[in-house]
Amino acid sequence: MRYLAVLIVALWPALLAAAEWEDHQTFGDTEASAPLRILSSTDTSFFAPIIAAFVARQPGVAVEYLVTGTADLDARFRDAPAAYDVVISSAMDLQLKLANDGFAAPLDMPEHPDRAQWHKRLFGFTTEPAAIVVNKELFADLPLPRSRQDLIEVLRANPERFTGKVGTYDVRDSGLGYLFATQDARSSETFWRLMEVMGRLDARLYCCSGEMIDDLATGRLAVAYNVLGSYAEARATEAGALTVILPSEFPTAMMRTALISRAAPQPEVAKAFLRHLIQMQAGGGDAGFPLPPLATSNDATGGTSISLDPALMTYLDRMKRQMFIQEWENAIVQQD
Amino acid sequence: MTAEVHVHGSLRRRLGLILTGGAAVLAVILYLAVRTFAAQIAQQGQDSILNASVTSILDTAVLRDGEVLLDFPYASLSMLGTSADDRVFYAIHADDRLLSGYDSLPAPGASQDSLPRFRTTDHGGEPVRMATDARTLIGAQGQTTVTVSVAQTQDALSETLNAISRRVALFGIGFFALSTALALWAAATTSRQLRRLTTSVTRRGPQDLRPVAQPVPSEMGPLVASLNTLMGRLDHALTRSEEFLAEAAHRVRTPLATVRAYAETTLQRVDNPDNRKALHAMIRAIDESSRAASQLLDHAMVTFRADTLTREDLELSELLRDLVDRMRPVADMKDITLSLRAEGPAVLHGDAILLQNALRNLIDNALKYAPAETRVEVAVRSEGAGPVVTVIDEGPGFDAAEIDTLATRFVRGKAMGHTIGSGLGLTIVQAVVLAHGATMTLSNTAEGGACVTLQF
Repeated sequence: MRYLAVLIVALWPALLAAAEWEDHQTFGDTEASAPLRILSSTDTSFFAPIIAAFVARQPGVAVEYLVTGTADLDARFRDAPAAYDVVISSAMDLQLKLANDGFAAPLDMPEHPDRAQWHKRLFGFTTEPAAIVVNKELFADLPLPRSRQDLIEVLRANPERFTGKVGTYDVRDSGLGYLFATQDARSSETFWRLMEVMGRLDARLYCCSGEMIDDLATGRLAVAYNVLGSYAEARATEAGALTVILPSEFPTAMMRTALISRAAPQPEVAKAFLRHLIQMQAGGGDAGFPLPPLATSNDATGGTSISLDPALMTYLDRMKRQMFIQEWENAIVQQD
Repeated sequence: MTAEVHVHGSLRRRLGLILTGGAAVLAVILYLAVRTFAAQIAQQGQDSILNASVTSILDTAVLRDGEVLLDFPYASLSMLGTSADDRVFYAIHADDRLLSGYDSLPAPGASQDSLPRFRTTDHGGEPVRMATDARTLIGAQGQTTVTVSVAQTQDALSETLNAISRRVALFGIGFFALSTALALWAAATTSRQLRRLTTSVTRRGPQDLRPVAQPVPSEMGPLVASLNTLMGRLDHALTRSEEFLAEAAHRVRTPLATVRAYAETTLQRVDNPDNRKALHAMIRAIDESSRAASQLLDHAMVTFRADTLTREDLELSELLRDLVDRMRPVADMKDITLSLRAEGPAVLHGDAILLQNALRNLIDNALKYAPAETRVEVAVRSEGAGPVVTVIDEGPGFDAAEIDTLATRFVRGKAMGHTIGSGLGLTIVQAVVLAHGATMTLSNTAEGGACVTLQF
């Protein structure tokens, strides 16, 4: 009985940890004493090829890939920075604040474009736009929107068809959703009108892109706003009904960023991994990079990337966040 | 001729050192001053941006239902972006209560310093520059003071400063190099003036005591003036002593010759043997005085001229032939055969007057000590380095014990008691020989006669 109790106490953290991750996989040499621990918000399917290529080049190295949501990831890392080597997240603002607060270790990467790195500590390695994703079958005869304004008009004109069938991020839970929302709000008032329209249509709120796309594919949603284009494209090929639309008036594009923990247990392997990641990114899709690589600055689509800038911390301010969420709730969460 | 000069230090080196040292000090001062100035300006730049950020945040402060709200714009932090991606920290306090931002920044405190306030402080082990400003909001429930601090690391600032420092350091080194070149040039130019004066004085002929006429820089004026005065005095003194020599020779010799003529005449008329003996003694004394006077004058002249030889190319055999011809009557009086043996040309670069004087004394000595009806032979030949002159008589020769001291002034061979002489003859010869860098050797011939050899 006592032994059982000891066993439970001993295993409890492991069980707890295992239970808390969205996904948790180990790559490479299972005999390796200490794996490189990567804390990430990116689905394992996107990172598996990158990590596989890495462990293939580095024998004797194991990689533990831990996936969770952006906001949760930030909280976990702040709690135990020494438990992880590399942190990868799509929430640029949270990542930048981590680097600003001194959680990141420096790494010299002179060949990496300046706009995709901050303070030699935070490195952007993808350009991923926020997209409007629609289920064509549910739109049927209606014209597909090409911009936010189009979307507002089509939603307003067909409330009976879209009620309960529109979705977006719950900015209270999702770090990436909050980043997209604040950047949209900064760019245009259209965002607030869209939120109001979606609120009247009883919008469904999601924590993650994946679930939104699932619901779009099954037809529970007709349209989702600010979905990660890269995820949607991946699913659009299997579910033929999905169409990814980049809003024409101003596309919002974020960079997925990576940093090395200053308290990393394996700093050298972490550096090697980051260099590998950046190199693969530079090679693009031809080199087997599974995510959209960094856009060149003079991109023809005129994609306005969110820049790595201390101003990203503006909306992380406690008061600013409180006010923004209040306004957002007023718009989208309708009190009947 | 080259006098010993006590040399201490070098004007050129001293001038060079002072100028180069000055340039080095100036370059360092320039570097420090520009760096300090640049640091100030760079700091002012950062301060003004921090202040703008603080102001833009503070401007949004409002009291709503007794609660302080700040909806500050994106630009507030965006404006703090730098090339080095400096880290940014901020803190917003309402009456010392942290509303939002970093609690790790130093609290504003109740300091009554004038606002906005700037200070450099430490945040997480890194130096940061922090700007703080405050504003008082008045609401229904009373008043609240909102304090905003924005801090930034100084990576970009130090990068800028380092770049400026490097450039200024290069500039300073350039300035120093240029100044050093100028200093060396200045030192060389200054010392060239001195060298030119030295050269012009050194190159002068021995008799040239004219004042320096070429223009000199004003700093060298007093020196050259003193030099000119000194040379003037020297010239004057020399002229005077030369005049004195001529005058003395004239004044002493002429009356002596007159007295001797009277004595001779009187001797003709006197028959008393005692008187005749006395007159003979008198004539001898007069001869002795005359000879002594002329040797003293010769010696003085030789001493004076030996310092400043007037050299020219001379044919020694010619010079000797003249002498021998001139002295032959004296030899004839004593029934001495005076002969000259010249073998080929014997050219010598020397002072004609001095050599003539010396050789005359030498022959005169030989004639004086040689007994009647003997031979005195003067020979000149070229041998090795230069001409050799020998004068050989058939007299008693030198006393072996005295050979080394004979050339000293006023020393006369002891066996010569009855012969007229002052002991100056060989001294004069020795002085002339030394002035020409030659040697005099005294020896006795196998037959016992004296032999004097001059090897030039």
